[in-house]
Amino acid sequence: MANPKIMASARTLTSEGLGERLGLFLLITPAILWLGLLVILPHVEIGILSLSQRIAARVYTIGFGNYFEFLSEPIYWHTFARTALLSILVTAITLVISFPVALYIAKFAVGKSKPILFLMCLIPFWASELVRTLGWMMLLREAGVVSFLLQWAGIAGKPVEMLYSDGSLVLGLVYGGMLFMIVPLTNALESLENAQIEAGYDLGGTNFTVLRKIIIPHAMPGIVAGAIIVFMLTVGNFVTPVMLGGKNGLWFTEQIYSQFITRFNWPQGSAFGFMLLLLSTGIVWLGLRLTGQGFSETLRRT
Amino acid sequence: MSDIADLSLIAVTKRFGGIAAVDAVDFEVAQGEFFSILGPSGCGKTTLMRMIAGFESPTSGDIRIRGVSMLAVPANKRPVNMVFQSLALFPMMSVGENIGYGLACAGVSGPEAAERIARILDRVGLSGFGPRAVTQLSGGQRQRVAIARCLVLEPTLVLLDEPLGALDLKLREHMKIELKQLQSAFNTTFMYITHDQSEALVMSDRVAVMNKGRFEQVGTPRELYHNPKTSFVAGFVGDANIWSGSAAGAIAGGTRLKLATGAEVTGMGTGIDDGVRAYLRPEAIALAGSLDELSALPNRFPGTVSTVLFDGAASTLVIDAAGFPPLRATLPQAGPLAGIEAGAAVAFGFTPEALKIFPA
Amino acid sequence: MKKRSFLLYSAAFAALLTAGGANAAEKLRLLTWADYAPKEIVDAFTKETGIEVEVTLSNNEEMISKLRATQGAGFDLAQPSQDRITGPQAEFGIYKPLDMSKIKSDQFIPSMLEAAKKNTTIDGKVYGLPHVWGTDGLIVNTKLAPTVKDYKDICAPDLVNKVSYRTKRPVVLGFAFGMGMDPFAVYGDKVAYQAMVDKVGQAMIDCKKNVKFYWDGKDQLISGMRAGEVTAALGWDTIGWRLNADNADIKFIAPKSGALGWIDGFAIPSKGRNDDAAYKWINFNMRPDIAAKVAASAGNFTASKGADALTKGKLKDQFAESFPQAAIDNIKWYPAVPAGIEAIDGKMLDKVKAAN
Repeated sequence: MANPKIMASARTLTSEGLGERLGLFLLITPAILWLGLLVILPHVEIGILSLSQRIAARVYTIGFGNYFEFLSEPIYWHTFARTALLSILVTAITLVISFPVALYIAKFAVGKSKPILFLMCLIPFWASELVRTLGWMMLLREAGVVSFLLQWAGIAGKPVEMLYSDGSLVLGLVYGGMLFMIVPLTNALESLENAQIEAGYDLGGTNFTVLRKIIIPHAMPGIVAGAIIVFMLTVGNFVTPVMLGGKNGLWFTEQIYSQFITRFNWPQGSAFGFMLLLLSTGIVWLGLRLTGQGFSETLRRT
Repeated sequence: MSDIADLSLIAVTKRFGGIAAVDAVDFEVAQGEFFSILGPSGCGKTTLMRMIAGFESPTSGDIRIRGVSMLAVPANKRPVNMVFQSLALFPMMSVGENIGYGLACAGVSGPEAAERIARILDRVGLSGFGPRAVTQLSGGQRQRVAIARCLVLEPTLVLLDEPLGALDLKLREHMKIELKQLQSAFNTTFMYITHDQSEALVMSDRVAVMNKGRFEQVGTPRELYHNPKTSFVAGFVGDANIWSGSAAGAIAGGTRLKLATGAEVTGMGTGIDDGVRAYLRPEAIALAGSLDELSALPNRFPGTVSTVLFDGAASTLVIDAAGFPPLRATLPQAGPLAGIEAGAAVAFGFTPEALKIFPA
Repeated sequence: MKKRSFLLYSAAFAALLTAGGANAAEKLRLLTWADYAPKEIVDAFTKETGIEVEVTLSNNEEMISKLRATQGAGFDLAQPSQDRITGPQAEFGIYKPLDMSKIKSDQFIPSMLEAAKKNTTIDGKVYGLPHVWGTDGLIVNTKLAPTVKDYKDICAPDLVNKVSYRTKRPVVLGFAFGMGMDPFAVYGDKVAYQAMVDKVGQAMIDCKKNVKFYWDGKDQLISGMRAGEVTAALGWDTIGWRLNADNADIKFIAPKSGALGWIDGFAIPSKGRNDDAAYKWINFNMRPDIAAKVAASAGNFTASKGADALTKGKLKDQFAESFPQAAIDNIKWYPAVPAGIEAIDGKMLDKVKAAN
């Protein structure tokens, strides 16, 4: 097929060409509106807002003060770095846990068990994130189910608090991210021919060699796509860190929330929002570079 | 040939549920032999091969390679390598990496591996293809990479699972010859699985015809073609006119047979009962302008050409004759009948030896 | 068929967007706290005036943020604490002056009305009226934490992992009073206020080992105290009294250095569309019978004259137990918060949260 755009421009003067152009225009208009209104416009506004500095009540000036404030105040960039590192950790743990699950669903589950297993991964997501997180709180709190069971079994002598720590925070985030890792991984692994795995063994490969040289390279686009999604969701999560993280679990989104909502400092909040955008873009870019995957390729293959 | 066979199967049976996919199969493959298993899909040949490769384990029986039982040896430790139907080349690796994979698994690396890869590529006619992506290769080249990937490991036995199935006709014909040449050049034992009798007959030293989990007959291509031992083999190997009828009694030099369509003919067969099936190859039918010319043959009949199926050397006639179903005969490429047209009168005949009779 | 129904839906959707309810029955969009506008009161109001009330629940910070986002549009009446009216008004201009002639002043307790007017006046114009009042203090399980009598007691070493409070202004002020300082006295002096906040911040960080969690919604605190996971907390009197109703050991205690007195008020957003309805709601709510019902719902007293007499006994008893006369006299009523002070508190609270 010839490029429709070129064909259209070659026949600009004919009514057919015009019609085609109009069609193309109508086709891409929703996409442009979508991007423009919901993605670009708000970001431009936040970008501008982040550059305004308060001098006095209702008096603002343009400057990078909000960004300097971010850099000069250790609590802000500590939280920022902590959020980034924990998000990477959460992504890695999610990958390690999801991979066997996805491999099982894609390659070993047969017949009806396959959709059932998939459904089991999906069911928790019918409830809202809030409800899921509350569920974890019920389980982990000092007066909760796990603590009770531990005492009942005689493993713990007194109530055990498992909530409000980095551990519970990571647990909740991994749980929330798993589905988004399992789906692209399963997709990627399903396209792996069984014969490839068998060939891997047949030529003398051990389980580890087959996993490392055949299964993982094949699943790479799924791994990268899943990791990007999980990382983005984790970095931008708000509910889980607030509810499970507790007194030490300050997440960068909480900083943004508190700047916007409790400090009424929109310019500072906007600057933080921009930093978060830069962070996720930067880490995703780094991840793609390290794994040698192209972004468009990753999107296409999953 | 050495005293111990490269591969021997002893009463190997594989049951899935209650059904025996492979039913008490015994055979041996000698060193350097090109051995084929020929059978229709679902006959159990793939299961048999997967048991030899180590992907399935037999329900009972033993599989031995050079006398050593393989039952406790996992797939990745067997001196057996397989060329898959889809070839299963690793798409994310280059040609060289595909071939080097098995070497790396065997602990061969560095210059030695590089040298062995280069040597095998040279021998399969792909010198300098090492750095190429496998996706850039043609069908035939991919085939050769798949075989080189096995041969570089110097296995006792190479299993090939219909590797030519995906190729187009011309290339398939070409690859048949090439495979055979490769096999004799490397002098490695090949076990080839196919449902295509032409592939089996052309390449193999010996062929096993498999049906419903059992071996019907094992023999050279010639034996199978000319002396089928069972009705199935006669029908599956090569082309034949197949008639059903009933035995009318033994006579000197053969068996009288009355076809369901009426004609009486003389053939050869053993263990014949009431219902029989008779097989006559199209090229075993002699054609002539008149019955007189066929006076040497006990079976000779007049007929009319209803269709000429022209296919070069493989051209056939469809003949209508009283008492026979439409029958096919090979058209000679020279002589007075070469130009025969539909509607012409023709006489045909065959020896009793050519008509194989089996119980139905 | 499909196409037509799609068009129909689009048209209906567009109509909804543009009409935006302007064509609906007269409506009051109220931005308030949980329990301040119980269904019973809303229904009674609608029945009497024909005005529908659309209630949005919020808290001080969110109220200000919401109004700031729309520059004072989207709501016809808001209920921020009266000390949080002048600051945001100076900064963002989100409220409009009240027309006192439309208010039935005689329904208010005179002293509270005067105090509120004084607190919310800018350039001679009044922006706020009092509605519900209450205090911040200690909620203590007196059996499990009998030693807690003042703010600083919650940081005692025997209460590790047993304490909860918010990361909000009242806690900063409570800590300050508990440490013997008077934050209200330095409201006008940012340098002195900063110095005081720094000291409070250090104390809060030192106290962090005692904190089980920083509560945000009151249900979170209630469930924590009911389960015995939390034995001492800083919070509203109404939470303490609600817990007390189920478990007599849990009491609201006015701290020795003084409970913090707050008054939630009424203010009209600058782009409110239905001021008449807003005034009607205010006057309706200040009637003693209605105010008594609101008090019962919120668990706090109101600024309505004569509503006290109608309030049910239990709340009065609880109030009496928590507030002997000396404690009432010692309540520290919030003065108006000057602009800029909240940012100082906020940054310190961020540090406290981030500290390990």
